[in-house]
Amino acid sequence: MSAIESVRAARASGRPTGLDFIRNIFEDFFELHGDRRFGDDRAVVAGVARLDGLPVTVIALEKGHTTKEKLERNFGSAHPEGYRKALRQMKLAEKFRRPVVCFVDTAGAYCGIGAEERGQGQAIAEILMECMGLETPVISVLIGEGGSGGALALAVADEVWMLQNAVYSVISPEGCASILWKDASRTAEAAECLKLTAGDLLALGVVERVLPETGEDFAPLYARLKRDLAETLRSLGATDARALAALRYERFRKFGVVKA
Amino acid sequence: MLGKGIFKKPKNTLEASPFEATAKKPGASGEVCVKCPACRTALFLGDLAANGRICPRCGAYFRMGARERLDSVCDADSFEELFSGVVSGDPLRFPDYENKLAQARARSGEPEAVVCGTARLGGVPMAIFAMEPEFMLGSMGAALGEKVTLLFEQATLNRLPVVGFTVSGGARMQEGILSLMQMAKTSGAVRRHGDAGLLYICVLTDPTTGGVTASFAMQGDITLAEPGALVGFAGPRVIEQTMRQKLPERFQRAEFLLEKGFVDAIVGRREMKQTLSLLLRLHGGEAAV
Repeated sequence: MSAIESVRAARASGRPTGLDFIRNIFEDFFELHGDRRFGDDRAVVAGVARLDGLPVTVIALEKGHTTKEKLERNFGSAHPEGYRKALRQMKLAEKFRRPVVCFVDTAGAYCGIGAEERGQGQAIAEILMECMGLETPVISVLIGEGGSGGALALAVADEVWMLQNAVYSVISPEGCASILWKDASRTAEAAECLKLTAGDLLALGVVERVLPETGEDFAPLYARLKRDLAETLRSLGATDARALAALRYERFRKFGVVKA
Repeated sequence: MLGKGIFKKPKNTLEASPFEATAKKPGASGEVCVKCPACRTALFLGDLAANGRICPRCGAYFRMGARERLDSVCDADSFEELFSGVVSGDPLRFPDYENKLAQARARSGEPEAVVCGTARLGGVPMAIFAMEPEFMLGSMGAALGEKVTLLFEQATLNRLPVVGFTVSGGARMQEGILSLMQMAKTSGAVRRHGDAGLLYICVLTDPTTGGVTASFAMQGDITLAEPGALVGFAGPRVIEQTMRQKLPERFQRAEFLLEKGFVDAIVGRREMKQTLSLLLRLHGGEAAV
């Protein structure tokens, strides 16, 4: 599959969204709403659940399936209150020594007047900084689109996994083509250059694991993900929480090909 | 959406900053002249530099280069540069990137879009970084992220406060996902510096947007901004395209951020050094002997 085909697959309307992953992998999910500061951002779903018996915090960016759902969820593009809601749940997870699982699927953080007025940049900056020192295990799974800072906000984790057809990029291929080359028809080329496919990102060390997809039947994937998440969270949970945060720092510290 | 508009000439009146030093052309005497976009006065570049890059006629701020910025706040001869050998590679072999880097180096005279080091300010030792607007509008790639991270790590080790001046169009898209990773990397270093009980003052200058806003620019213990500086996550043009409506005149300017509660104070260029000096001293900074 070419890069642009992955982009299309990642955005395909029939693709399972965050809530589908929550429903198919966890038991006893109980949703917890609101950021306690401004409101409840429906683009972010968060709560507590069990994973193979283990209590966990689950946070997902949710795009919705139907038009009504998509509007309600703002097409999966979170406002600052969405990131503040996610951060609140992460801090609770740390307090109660629960691991955190994040599902990432967003074109990006929302760009709008309200988002800017309420500090979109500050909200993302804060969650990034908090996650770099969070003393509990975190695994993030990129399930569809991983759009820039809005995706990274939920992907500062001990391990980042990615579905075979998910993509993760600093900018959309359309944005890249139009800004760099002033030519929207070169989107496919931009997608190649950005190295945004699961294979590329595995090679770059940005993700630890690529989960194979089996067409439209996601049941085998859910089963594997459930097994892998439970196993890895138990193993991460055995590490001292402060040591884990230090390892997370080293995980991100290594990025960058730089001539010294 | 990070880094959008780095290379495009702004079409939006909000983005066409009146503070940008454009249209350099030799005047009648052979001296280089610029026109102040705010009041249309023709100014000699030398006079403008001598006046802190503030228009002597109307008081508009022009953008300031990293070295000029450091000179304007550091005690004379106290700045010692660090990490100047850390420069951008072309990790993704992105088309035309090597070329763009060469142009940026020629245009700015800097090897990378940030200058880092240690210095004294009012006698107080500190670590300091200043971003360079003429180098791909301060966009953040791996080298920039590395230099900022190294500075915070060194400041943590040597127990120094950090003062930073940001100017950035956002992420450097030619480094793809590796530029995005710098947001997390720098955030980690800022956090460790903060956990060690050390002070970080960030000064937002025109413009600070995208991935830099969403990481170390908004992580200061104290956040100052220059008057009129454009500061936001998304650039105004992107928002106008999304919202399909005109934005209010002073939207995303420093004064707007102050009103919304996202900066501590707006500080003019002429008061910058004494303000920083005061804040450093109020946080335990003592003049080195």
